Amino acid sequence: MKDELVRNAAGRLVPTIVNGKPQVAFAGVGKYRPKGRKAAPPISSCVDYPADGNKLVKDLRTAFEMAGLKDGMTISTHHHLRNGDFVANMVFDTAAEMGIKDLMWFPSASFPCHAHNIKHLESGVIHHIEGSMNGPLGVRGMGVLRSHGGRYQAVQDGEVHIDIAVIAAPAADPFGNANGLVGPSACGLLGFALADSQYADKVIIVTDNLVPFPCIPWQIHGNYVDYVVVVDRIGDAAKIVSGTTEITRSPDRLLIAELAARFVREAGIMRDGFSFQGGAGGTALAFAIFLKDMMKEAGVKARFVRAGSTRYTVEMLEEGLTDYILDGQTFDLEGVRSMRENPNHVWTSPFTSYNYHGKGNFASMVDVVVLGATEVDVNFNANVVTHSDGLLLHGIGGWQNCLFAKCTILPIPSFRDRIPVIVDEVTTLCGPGELIDVVVTERGIAINPRRKDLIDALKDSRLPIRPIEDIKSEVERICGGKPAKPEFEDRIVAAIKWVDGTVIDCVRQIAE
Amino acid sequence: MARAEAGRRGADVRSDCWISVEITNRSLAIEIKSKVTTLYEDSIRELVTDGLKKMGIAHARVEIEDQGALPFVIMARLETAVARLSPDLAKPLLPEMLPECTYPTTRDRMRRSRLYLPGNEPKFMLNAGIHEPDGIILDLEDSVHPDEKDAARILVRNALRQVDFMGAERMVRINQGELGSIDLEYVIPHNVHVVLIPKCEDAEQVREVDRKIRAIQSGSGIDQVCYLMPIIESARGVIKAFEIASASPNVVALTIGLEDYTADIGTRRTKEGRESFWARSQVVNAARAARVQPIDTVFSDVRDMEGLRQSVLEAKSLGFEGKGCIHPRQIRVIHEAFAPSDAEVEKAKRIVLAFEEAQAKGLGVVALGNKMIDPPVVKRALHTVELAIAAGKLPENWREQHEG
Repeated sequence: MKDELVRNAAGRLVPTIVNGKPQVAFAGVGKYRPKGRKAAPPISSCVDYPADGNKLVKDLRTAFEMAGLKDGMTISTHHHLRNGDFVANMVFDTAAEMGIKDLMWFPSASFPCHAHNIKHLESGVIHHIEGSMNGPLGVRGMGVLRSHGGRYQAVQDGEVHIDIAVIAAPAADPFGNANGLVGPSACGLLGFALADSQYADKVIIVTDNLVPFPCIPWQIHGNYVDYVVVVDRIGDAAKIVSGTTEITRSPDRLLIAELAARFVREAGIMRDGFSFQGGAGGTALAFAIFLKDMMKEAGVKARFVRAGSTRYTVEMLEEGLTDYILDGQTFDLEGVRSMRENPNHVWTSPFTSYNYHGKGNFASMVDVVVLGATEVDVNFNANVVTHSDGLLLHGIGGWQNCLFAKCTILPIPSFRDRIPVIVDEVTTLCGPGELIDVVVTERGIAINPRRKDLIDALKDSRLPIRPIEDIKSEVERICGGKPAKPEFEDRIVAAIKWVDGTVIDCVRQIAE
Repeated sequence: MARAEAGRRGADVRSDCWISVEITNRSLAIEIKSKVTTLYEDSIRELVTDGLKKMGIAHARVEIEDQGALPFVIMARLETAVARLSPDLAKPLLPEMLPECTYPTTRDRMRRSRLYLPGNEPKFMLNAGIHEPDGIILDLEDSVHPDEKDAARILVRNALRQVDFMGAERMVRINQGELGSIDLEYVIPHNVHVVLIPKCEDAEQVREVDRKIRAIQSGSGIDQVCYLMPIIESARGVIKAFEIASASPNVVALTIGLEDYTADIGTRRTKEGRESFWARSQVVNAARAARVQPIDTVFSDVRDMEGLRQSVLEAKSLGFEGKGCIHPRQIRVIHEAFAPSDAEVEKAKRIVLAFEEAQAKGLGVVALGNKMIDPPVVKRALHTVELAIAAGKLPENWREQHEG
């Protein structure tokens, strides 16, 4: 069967059918508005649930049997336990024991620890995966890569229907109220499981820290929950808050981060009451630290920081450099502690921050965000999922959603070893150039020509501002000429979704 | 059949490659395993084929394991491998001399920071210039293993032709003695601004290097001056510091290496540095007497930025004008610590303006208010203003702003 292809508004050839489902091609930023009503779970009645609120069942298998797990269903998990998660592996081990086949796994993201599930892909317990992949999981069928916001969108507009949501919870009561704040596997919040709890047909909480009702605060409402299962351990604490919160030690990356922070200051973005988003990557952390010093020096205070929180964002909150942290996930123990103790450290979700079908969202209200990329082209289009050699390597995460900030900065090296990062045309389009305002490299800062305001604001700056084509030419010369392009077969490995559910690009099989 | 290899391989290697060359009686076979196969395999093959052709090698088996080495690195490793196979077979594979590698230096330029780069490590060279040190030292001496001196020379030579150091003074630290002479033959024709002479103990050592440099230059028709920076690293060297500093008109700076010096006087280096206070003062005094720049030793604890700052302030107070460093993040700290204070800048500005006014009026005497200003004071003020501009404390057009 040959897939029908269509050229989308970004000029990319994309499939019209993915895994048997018809698709809408990317129509341009902000152009697609589906009609109709949002999806909804089946009507439930409280009389079908224990009046004493005790939804405990013996084990996961029992919960699955009661929930009616069948071949071909979709099961979702969340990734707040990151590389320390035990629960997603437990889910498919149990399904395998039950002889279930052809499940679609719908994680909010997967990690290297989930390589365990490759055997279930090979044996057919899992048919395919749709989600943000941060690890070695192979793809069968066609992979579908979505942003965190795109996952919420897909659930809300019915593109993906979750049959059973399995929610790992660091703390829960027998009614199903749950949070990520306390217990041996504390991870902070459970925002990525919010859609799953609201829209799945059946919801199972798995915890290693059962507390008597009420589990306060409830980040997941027990009123959405069908069953509660207690296990020995839901994760490995040391890997839940993994080593991502180390500032880069690379002098080149530090320089890039510092240039980005100086840009924010000189562009006038860093002013009282502003907001920014900091991630947990080494360069993003360094950016936040440089910005923090500049804020202190200028006596400037932020209204809020959107995070990925780490001890560095927590320090800013505690030193009074920001009023609030609006937090999407906590990356270290300090983040977890602060969220537990400080009412101004607020948990958010893809619904509040990223969702296309919300009546607005927080991401577009942020003054400045810094993000990574594997490639950026001379039209400021960017790639985060493949490398220049065409290999599919990363998930999208919240990256696409964050592009909607008022100023989007990509602080990236202009080349990695001999691999140019600034190129003629990105291998895979993940973010349209009209949303990317500034590219900061160690060899200069390029401002998107669409942002005349920023160009004006920086016209007398001593910062090394230069056209992106110049940086590209310099990099090509350093690397020894224009790189050859990878050769691809026709077969599509994965479809890349835009935040609105349309297909913006696809990744093809590399030719042998 | 004979086989030789050069370079480094393995997962932890970056921006370098390993090349093995074996002479065979069959036609040329090149096997490439590269991190950038998709993007540059054809380009690597072409480069290696060309190189072998230039050396007249038509029958060989070449294996390459590449971790993203740039072309000048691949060429250096190939040349080294062939030279190791047979010195008669090897011919210099010179990459193009890029226009951005041809800028000159000046005798009196600022030498506040000099960044040491190990001469056999390509990955540190590529971006060294973006951190804006006053000088970059490609080191052939202590940071290069004795077995790799041949490889480092060729790599440094190629880097001098291909890496843009973005205005930093281009320095090479050579080895002592005969090794150092060979080093010079490799690097001098490629726009080296300053040669650092290690473990200097007498003036003759400096003169010998100077003569050798001039011989190489006249052999290759270069008429530009190559400056010298002797490094004092022993008790004897300290005693002879003035003779060393004045050994040749091409000496522009005198520096001291404290690791070897403290060992030589039978003690250890401490943070307080009392053990080397006398030697450092001697070097400052000798340099000043010889009218060259006194430059302080390297600060080697890359994590201790406050310690570095204190050390630079101390060096400055002793009379030094520069400091060595081994990590790019140290550069800014050094420049900031050498920068004059606001009060110093204000005073210097007034003196410079008064001096220029006197010059314009054709007055022989400079006065500020009712105070006479001596020529050395004017000179120092000019230097202070230059430092202030370099440190970003004064705009280059400060005179207009001053008047406005």
